[in-house]
Amino acid sequence: MANFSIFDIAGSALAAQSQRMNVAASNMANANSVSGPNGEAYRARQVIFEQQLQANGMSAVKVQQVIESDAPGRREYQPGHPLADEAGYVTMSNVDPVGEMVNMISASRSYQANVEVLNTSKDLMMRTLSIGKS
Amino acid sequence: MIDKLNNALQFQQQALALRAQRHEVLSGNIANADTPNYKARDFNFAAELKRATASQSGGGLQLATTSHGHLTSNGANGVAPQMQYRAPSQSRMDGNTVEMDIERTHFLDNSLRYQADIQFFDDRITGMRKAMQSER
Repeated sequence: MANFSIFDIAGSALAAQSQRMNVAASNMANANSVSGPNGEAYRARQVIFEQQLQANGMSAVKVQQVIESDAPGRREYQPGHPLADEAGYVTMSNVDPVGEMVNMISASRSYQANVEVLNTSKDLMMRTLSIGKS
Repeated sequence: MIDKLNNALQFQQQALALRAQRHEVLSGNIANADTPNYKARDFNFAAELKRATASQSGGGLQLATTSHGHLTSNGANGVAPQMQYRAPSQSRMDGNTVEMDIERTHFLDNSLRYQADIQFFDDRITGMRKAMQSER
């Protein structure tokens, strides 16, 4: 249990996974957004994880960047819509709600696993601190 | 006297230090479960413990050093274990080889054994304390 680096490792994973959940939530919330601040439909975002080597050779994780998906937006035929083009189609966001749902579940499972790691480590450290007290 | 005490606890200490190190490696694997191209790592506990204790109790067998920059064979607790990559039983598209079920099992196993080591350590200390107390 040297120098508590395990809390950095599990903590970095918690931060990364919660950012992934945030991004998934943002994607889900904007699944039906037609227009954003730049006048274009919302683009789905995706986090990219990267392994981060610690000084002692162990590896934590961090979010390297958040990328925007280049997939074409969903097009719906709504001639009455104010943002419809000449042919009557509205370009919606390119979010894939099913994929986002899966992403969200996967992130929450990973988050739970890391919380468990933290708890176990804490228990082990408490036990270590009480060596020789009996 | 003191170095005898030290010797008596040396083995347990080595074992605990290695267990703690393995704990870190496994938690690193779990933390990187979703990192593309991450390869799960682990080390052979039995072999590393043997190596660590051999370098301690080997006693007379020291590496000859002719310069202070040379490595010595007694690394105390600093013996870095030889990391190995885990061979995945199922492959993934993103090149990651962490299998959560396997890592979790190893993690649980390791933490239980860590607690067992602490128990042995405790018992050892209790035993020695008893031996040092005077008869009442």
